[in-house]
Amino acid sequence: MNSNQESYSSDSLEPLLRIENLKKHFPIKGGGYFRKEKKAVMAVDDVSFTIYKGETLGLVGESGCGKSTLGRNILRLQEPTEGRVFFNNTNILLHNKHELRKLRKQMQIIYQDPFGSLNPRFTIGQIIGEMYEIHGIAKGAEKEKKVKEMLELVGLDPSRYNSYPHEFSGGQRQRVGIARALALNPTFVVADEPVSALDVSVQSQVINLLMKLKKELGLTLLFIAHGLNVVRHISDRVGVMYLGKLVELSETDNIFESPAHPYTAALLSTVPEADPRLKKERIVLKGEVPSPANPPSGCRFRTRCPLAAERCKNEMPPLVEVRSKHHVACHYPLEEGQTLKEAIASRKTGQLSL
Amino acid sequence: MDKILEVKSLVTGYQGKEGFVRAVDGVSFDINRGETICIVGESGSGKSVTSMSIMRLVEYENGRIIDGEIKFNGEELTTKNTEEMRRIRGSKISMIFQEPLTALNPVFTIGKQISEAILFHHSLGKKEAWQRAEELVRLVGISDPQARLKQYPHELSGGMRQRVMIAIALASEPDLLIADEPTTALDVTIEAQILELLRKLRQERNMSILLITHDIGVAAEMADRIIIMYAGKVMEIANTKDIFDQPFHPYSKGLLESVPKMNGERGVPLKSIKGSIPSLNEIPSGCRFSPRCPFATDKCHTEEPLLEMRGDRQVACWHVDYLIENNLLQIEEEGGVSIEF
Repeated sequence: MNSNQESYSSDSLEPLLRIENLKKHFPIKGGGYFRKEKKAVMAVDDVSFTIYKGETLGLVGESGCGKSTLGRNILRLQEPTEGRVFFNNTNILLHNKHELRKLRKQMQIIYQDPFGSLNPRFTIGQIIGEMYEIHGIAKGAEKEKKVKEMLELVGLDPSRYNSYPHEFSGGQRQRVGIARALALNPTFVVADEPVSALDVSVQSQVINLLMKLKKELGLTLLFIAHGLNVVRHISDRVGVMYLGKLVELSETDNIFESPAHPYTAALLSTVPEADPRLKKERIVLKGEVPSPANPPSGCRFRTRCPLAAERCKNEMPPLVEVRSKHHVACHYPLEEGQTLKEAIASRKTGQLSL
Repeated sequence: MDKILEVKSLVTGYQGKEGFVRAVDGVSFDINRGETICIVGESGSGKSVTSMSIMRLVEYENGRIIDGEIKFNGEELTTKNTEEMRRIRGSKISMIFQEPLTALNPVFTIGKQISEAILFHHSLGKKEAWQRAEELVRLVGISDPQARLKQYPHELSGGMRQRVMIAIALASEPDLLIADEPTTALDVTIEAQILELLRKLRQERNMSILLITHDIGVAAEMADRIIIMYAGKVMEIANTKDIFDQPFHPYSKGLLESVPKMNGERGVPLKSIKGSIPSLNEIPSGCRFSPRCPFATDKCHTEEPLLEMRGDRQVACWHVDYLIENNLLQIEEEGGVSIEF
């Protein structure tokens, strides 16, 4: 475990959020007179997991896998179709508007796009100050003082209180977004691709800031990103999503050193590594992610899986603990330390009992 | 070695709202036959403008080549007229872009667009062109080519569209393929497919590739040589292996160190480069990287260093000798200490 992440220890786990059977389906309307709802895009389909107090849980997957939708549904920025989300042991999906507003103080989000997520007509003082006014925490001089403290906290010059978003660079704007999210001192923050839009040399500044604030403020973080190296660096545990399903969940080192799901293994093998001296066995997956409106039967990954067998077509594999603290949804998970190539080879020689 | 492209002291500018800016300011490099070169840079580095200048496409975007030479197979491109350029573009040099959806015409089928490209460069009948299109589509790894040729761009996924773009680019059997962020809009598993395809094509056809990317990982996997650009200037040119062993420019070092490694220590603060990228209206005096450079001296702030040879590498830094002698450019393994430059 990392020295600066003492706040998370795998032995004293206290759940902060429990997500149970969460589903988000977007209906697709058919043509014709009545525009009947024909089918649905299953953006998030029956996902259950727990987020522990003080941890950073990374969520990775390719575009359309449902990771951002999941983050938004947990915060009720979108209403889930089905399921339960327990925050401190109460199901927040049953909260009314008033209760939800109170909850907003404790749960916040940082968005990907530092350009689109800040109102260009407001000064950053107004953007951050709004948080205090809406929740009736501070007004006037008191508010200004609080905003300036926040600016200082995220490494911005407080004298820029009256500046507009366009006067800041991308990295600085993302700092404003972080200040806004943290203004009300939340316990839980969803960071949705917070560094994807930033240049490399600025990206690391923002990652460092997030890690520092998380530690200082004792935050619990759901860190959604497609950059695997960034997720690996910042997360205590990592969840991997594919086509609306959570397919693997474990501590970061387990996921990256000994993945159990063939999809995770393939994903890791294809990341372009910024070091030509590291030669790795690349497993390039065939085909593309199927449409979530029409997912394959059984295991959703089976159409691209080099290990897929008959059973994968018929039975949807549930997410189960195959090794200690290592959950995977696969009928034929890789053994500890086994590479995907080895698994494919043993499948060919018939050693894998299918 | 046989040089296919030589760029010398290229200066390209744009008429912006706040006056004329030089997006590329004195860039020189060359590409050998069969070589893959990557230009790596962040936004505003001029990497895309460089490629658009080689294709002479900047003129269609309010830009202008102000100075310099671009020699392709020994022929000067900057003095060619529009019609001559049209003949070279897409025949000897082809280009693929980041967003294949906007680069394809939505109202024509894939087959029509590929065979059009073939007909433009070869005197063939329509039927033969369609057949060639089918071969090309198969070559770039699209299954069921006959059905695919009849489809429209919107019916294809991002990865498929990029394959179609590559098929069109290959229609004329180019000597040089320019790929401007070809995988940036794609997912990792699809990116891997496209990069594999480019590697295969390069090997089979002895084609040169100029790959523009912001992703150091992509450059590490694809390039024979890497050009590092910053704010319109080349900072360093070196063989891929050499640059990762030991960068010669403080900016290269900063760039390599700020990417989290897949085998690095987790959770520790990442090295980062202080400050942010300057806008083209406010180019710093002296060395353009000097305001962000931890080693900058007075000289760096006032005098601009030239790109100079050092063995088989090139670097633009006043203090490169001193920095190398004192081991200040070694890539440091991530440690517990954060160096905020």
